[in-house]
Amino acid sequence: MNNKFQKTSSTSDSYRDGGNKGGIVIVDYGAGNIQSIKFAIKRLGFDAVLSSDTEEIKAADKVIFPGVGEAGSAMKMLKSTGLDKVIPELKQPVLGICLGMQLMCRHSEEGDTEGLGIFHADVVKFNNGLKVPQIGWNRIYDLKSNLFDGIKEQEFVYLVHSYYVPECAETIASTEYGVEYTTAIQKDNFYGVQFHPEKSSDAGEKILENFLKAPNPEKKE
Amino acid sequence: MLTKRIIPCLDIKDGRTVKGVNFIDLRDAGDPVELAELYAKSGADELVFLDITATEQKRKTLAEMVRKVAEKVNIPFTVGGGISSVEDVDILLKNGADKVSVNSSAVKRPELINELSAKFGSQCITVAIDAKQVNGEWLVHLVGGKVPTDLNLFQWAKEMEERGAGEILFTSMNNDGTKTGFANEALAVLSSALKIPIIASGGAGNMQHFTDVFLKGKADAALAASVFHFKEIEIKDLKEELRRNGIEVRL
Repeated sequence: MNNKFQKTSSTSDSYRDGGNKGGIVIVDYGAGNIQSIKFAIKRLGFDAVLSSDTEEIKAADKVIFPGVGEAGSAMKMLKSTGLDKVIPELKQPVLGICLGMQLMCRHSEEGDTEGLGIFHADVVKFNNGLKVPQIGWNRIYDLKSNLFDGIKEQEFVYLVHSYYVPECAETIASTEYGVEYTTAIQKDNFYGVQFHPEKSSDAGEKILENFLKAPNPEKKE
Repeated sequence: MLTKRIIPCLDIKDGRTVKGVNFIDLRDAGDPVELAELYAKSGADELVFLDITATEQKRKTLAEMVRKVAEKVNIPFTVGGGISSVEDVDILLKNGADKVSVNSSAVKRPELINELSAKFGSQCITVAIDAKQVNGEWLVHLVGGKVPTDLNLFQWAKEMEERGAGEILFTSMNNDGTKTGFANEALAVLSSALKIPIIASGGAGNMQHFTDVFLKGKADAALAASVFHFKEIEIKDLKEELRRNGIEVRL
């Protein structure tokens, strides 16, 4: 596989706070609750660093791309730091969570925002008379990825969102909320989950662990 | 299908849980982390921490508590009590709170809700409303129901939704502490009038009350304190009962 980003001098950055043995980087591009993801990773026995440094992100073994606030302003923050160019080129496993997953799509109705274009899907708003945002626990089914190893069909996960990704060829889990839609999506090394694995009890932690243990084809053994 | 949520509420003072907690199997009933973990394991869908500390140290102590809870607990939690600025919310979210709940500060300065939802997103901004029915009209009250305002519950809730609240936590002061059931009539009106989810609070005494609040009150979630803290109702039993009554829950 063609590797555009050789791990060179920047490798040391991801090890800078000591115990980051797995080289897990959580992309930090603004306010919001991203500590919870770090804490969940720690409960699983791994360490993660928060970083907005493009070199550090490129050098990571695993990248977690969380969601923060509103799509339009989040994209602006990504553009201002150059992360909008870096993320789609990553070769290691990348997990987008909530808005992170939505930003990895082509377009979002929220603020008429152009996304990173990784997933071949467009994000639209719930418009079916049900409560918006959807807040709470709902079921995931039609599970189609090793991300869900050890997870049973119809497992409950915690969701908070007003916009959704319709079902598409890249869907690896669905949920029903007035409409059947994508709650997890995968293309090559890119994964996205609409739910919050870090807040979805034991099942969520298992999904997060599956991602953290996913093989990294770029890693030199 | 989205499930109905069961939410235990914990009162916090100086970083410790206060009153009404009677768990014999806890090493330290005042430790919010231990209690939160226990509730998470017993099937609670979310937790609410209501801080009643009045001291100067409040902000720092609360942030430390939030961080400790976030480190250990793998279900979402909301923090409320005396939150009055963007900075207050920023500190709590950065320490790991999933949502914050704003009450009297929104009445004093409604624009706060616009500011908070613009900065952090509606999904993490809950507006708590305490209301009492006075001469047939539901009026918003402050200071735990002691101070009446001239705001109508339904109009106020609508305004909060328009300003960017992601959720409404409605406590009926007529029902709170009575253990005679939730204010289902008002809840049903509120739930139909608003597009955002409604958390019902005040009046839980038995399992039937929870069935009623979902079927008659059309609530999206139900919050209670003493029935859970004193183990009058086990969350698992409650959820099994709700499921038998055709209500979708996470079990």
